[in-house]
Amino acid sequence: MAAPSPTDDLHAWLAAQQDKSLLRFITCGSVDDGKSTLIGRLLHESKSLLDDQLAALEGDSRRFGTQGDALDFALLLDGLGAEREQGITIDVAYRFFATEKRKFIVADTPGHEQYTRNMVTGASTADLAVILVDARKGILTQTRRHSYLVSLVGIRHVVLAVNKLDLVGWSREAFEAIEHDYRAFAARLGIEQVTSIPLSALHGDNLGAASENTPWYRGPNLLQHLEQVDIGAHAEGPLRMPVQWVNRPDLDFRGYSGRILGGRVQPGDAIRVLPSGKQSTVTRVVTYDGDLANAGAGQSVTLTLADEIDISRGDVICAAEDPAGLADQFEATVVWMADAAMLPGRPYLVKLGATTLGASLGQPKYVVDVNSLDHLAAKTLELNGIGVCNLTLDRAVAFDPYAQNRDMGSFIVIDRYTNQTVGAGLLHFALRRSQNIHWQAVEVDKQARTRQNGHKPCVLWLTGLSGSGKSTIANIVERQLHALGARTYLLDGDNVRHGLSKDLGFTDADRVENIRRIGEVARLMVDAGLIVLTAFISPFRSERRLARGMVADGEFFEIFVDTPLAIVEQRDPKGLYKKARRGELKNFTGIDSPYEVPEAPELHVDTTRQSPEESATAIVAALVERGIVRATH
Amino acid sequence: MPALTHLQRLEAESIDILREAVAESERPVMLYSIGKDSSVMLHLARKAFFPSRPPFPLLHVDTTWKFRAMYELRDRMARESGLELLVHRNPEAQRLGINPFTHGSALHTDVWKTQGLKQALDQHGFDLAFGGARRDEEKSRAKERVFSFRSAQHQWDPKNQRPELWRLYNARKNKGESIRVFPLSNWTELDIWQYILAEDIPIVPLYLAAERPVVERDGTLVMVDDERFPLREGEKPMLKRVRFRTLGCYPLTGAIESDADTLPAIIREMLVARTSERQGRLIDQDAGASMEKKKAEGYF
Repeated sequence: MAAPSPTDDLHAWLAAQQDKSLLRFITCGSVDDGKSTLIGRLLHESKSLLDDQLAALEGDSRRFGTQGDALDFALLLDGLGAEREQGITIDVAYRFFATEKRKFIVADTPGHEQYTRNMVTGASTADLAVILVDARKGILTQTRRHSYLVSLVGIRHVVLAVNKLDLVGWSREAFEAIEHDYRAFAARLGIEQVTSIPLSALHGDNLGAASENTPWYRGPNLLQHLEQVDIGAHAEGPLRMPVQWVNRPDLDFRGYSGRILGGRVQPGDAIRVLPSGKQSTVTRVVTYDGDLANAGAGQSVTLTLADEIDISRGDVICAAEDPAGLADQFEATVVWMADAAMLPGRPYLVKLGATTLGASLGQPKYVVDVNSLDHLAAKTLELNGIGVCNLTLDRAVAFDPYAQNRDMGSFIVIDRYTNQTVGAGLLHFALRRSQNIHWQAVEVDKQARTRQNGHKPCVLWLTGLSGSGKSTIANIVERQLHALGARTYLLDGDNVRHGLSKDLGFTDADRVENIRRIGEVARLMVDAGLIVLTAFISPFRSERRLARGMVADGEFFEIFVDTPLAIVEQRDPKGLYKKARRGELKNFTGIDSPYEVPEAPELHVDTTRQSPEESATAIVAALVERGIVRATH
Repeated sequence: MPALTHLQRLEAESIDILREAVAESERPVMLYSIGKDSSVMLHLARKAFFPSRPPFPLLHVDTTWKFRAMYELRDRMARESGLELLVHRNPEAQRLGINPFTHGSALHTDVWKTQGLKQALDQHGFDLAFGGARRDEEKSRAKERVFSFRSAQHQWDPKNQRPELWRLYNARKNKGESIRVFPLSNWTELDIWQYILAEDIPIVPLYLAAERPVVERDGTLVMVDDERFPLREGEKPMLKRVRFRTLGCYPLTGAIESDADTLPAIIREMLVARTSERQGRLIDQDAGASMEKKKAEGYF
């Protein structure tokens, strides 16, 4: 039976439209493999291009085109001005078309190496990947990289589109050789479903109809395959619904709004809320269109429960008999997406489900060479790097492994200062030790020591450029505090760099680790009841914030020893600036490594206006004022 | 239990986006332009927060040159939804009497809409604004994120967009910066019409064909909606059976001759039509990447 047509029987046609399924796919390949041309052609073949779009394309083809008088379909997609000038696609573009059987959303993803993060972005929402290969070139480094990413993100269906077959005389041998090579590679990645199609995107061969040029090919054409491929059911399994928004219109109604990310739910179902572990029963599945008898994965609903339990945004409502896991340490695969490399130990934010929380990443256990799939040692993750590391969160969260539920096992990494999305990750499993480390409860605690000492413990964190006078001031402060009877300890370059951190250099990653160690030592000393002074350049805001986060509120005093670069360079007591200027010292703060000025230090010391003694006295006065020490002992 | 249909999936995704955006912002607002996409977006918002009322006001950045029928629907929808309606008119534009006839469409749009929008956002301190743009509308829209970051100067940097993966939207920003959120990103024009039909959503009657007074200028039919329209020498409005595929400022919106006076007839006409909806919108017809340029400057 023919499909209903919109002009004959509109209502039947509309009904048929409603029942259509949706396929989301990505196209990937190297620069010049013809991705944009392929999508442009698909739009054209499915009659999704309209007259004015075609007219604009004809105009553009004459102005910018590379196909002589013919239409240059690549120009349809390369939407951003910069892309047209450079002739490359630099961002993910989403395109929409429909045939009689299906609706499609295509992510056109760039092949250019530096933009791999965009490809992961496009792949994260795709059901299928079309990987383009130029028949003249065969499998390239980029083909391997893209296929690895496709498998990493969990896409199970791959179409190998062997393009530009016209340029190798429609050679069956060329096609089969590439297919053979690719299948061997795909098998190593665990990609099971590979469909190979010989194509000429430019001329439309095997795109929407069988080509006369490839009589030896008996498989489906590309559109036919996209219409028919069975992508299977979406995440079934047990109920998972992260609470996005607590719905409280009045005192009589309390509902939990969210999207079901796995399983089904109906009134009467027993549920467990994570991380609290509290249990209840679903009473209603509320929507604007009336209560539902049941709802399943993909639906956005509002649940009400039989019991008044405390639930807030980010909590996950789970099937009571099969709840998600709960942990704060994981092994994860991380894809790095920022120019600034990942720094192990640096505090980042992680968003997972509807929760955003503090997190840090460990040094990679290995990074993956996407060309050879080899595991290589590395200290950090660079832009476009993919590695396996441990993820530590500030508190335990509900999760499922990515392989079981994409939405419950994926996260993004956000920089605390720029708010940029700097990485994306997939959870493998929780680390056992996260469940087994417990603080030893001790009877003589910080309060007891504080009482005996007669003053409160704290950290005085002096930060500033090399030569600004941090150590000089810190020494005077310690002397004055000592005179007041306070128990103190000064951590500085000499006693830390020669011992605790003697294995570390001055790269950004090593600086972060150095500060982490100092922060940990300071934390223990504060627990011991001491006033700890530190005098380190500590140029990065995020590391100072890390150190601040290690002690309780009110125990951390960030003291900015403010001396302009011009003046410290003039003073240059150790001759270091001259060396750095001559290029003999690398990564020198202020010269070729940045100093991030404190935004809201507890104390600000301006050394151009105060002598070291005056600065120290001001610091001690501030401690007296805040009740840390008493003025006379 | 059958799988979700295409429209149900789109609806569930949009609701997800609306809730996430509200939960992650302090002062959200919904840009309400009274067009069909705005109508669908408002309808989705009422669904997303039900039984609560959507927890944000509507903002109409007015140019004083919209069709009269648009102002009528705007006020009606504000009443029916119970949402607060904020109307902003750029006082500078009002003072100078900026209009499309004397000042041209580019200046008119920039001053009333782009500058007006920035003023309104700054004045109320909104940190997140919903817009009804769809990726299928235009080439530079196709690359826009669902959660799209704007600098404190409301600028969009297309080369420095945040990667957007799975359904994890990054809505974080510093003080003064803002996020624009497009819940209809993945809808097509056809999806919008099918949904309006299925859900019986009120729309401006101008989308449906009727006899209306128009003049023809440079090949485009422009409706004479009020007495401010300066007729040229010898120009006389004629009654034609027309409708509009998009709505904006009436002097800048082209009508098409049509007999489609019901929603199914519109859909049918759209399916056989061979031009895209933005063709009737005069501001898009400058060369190349004009929308990208406007967006970079802060246009919605």
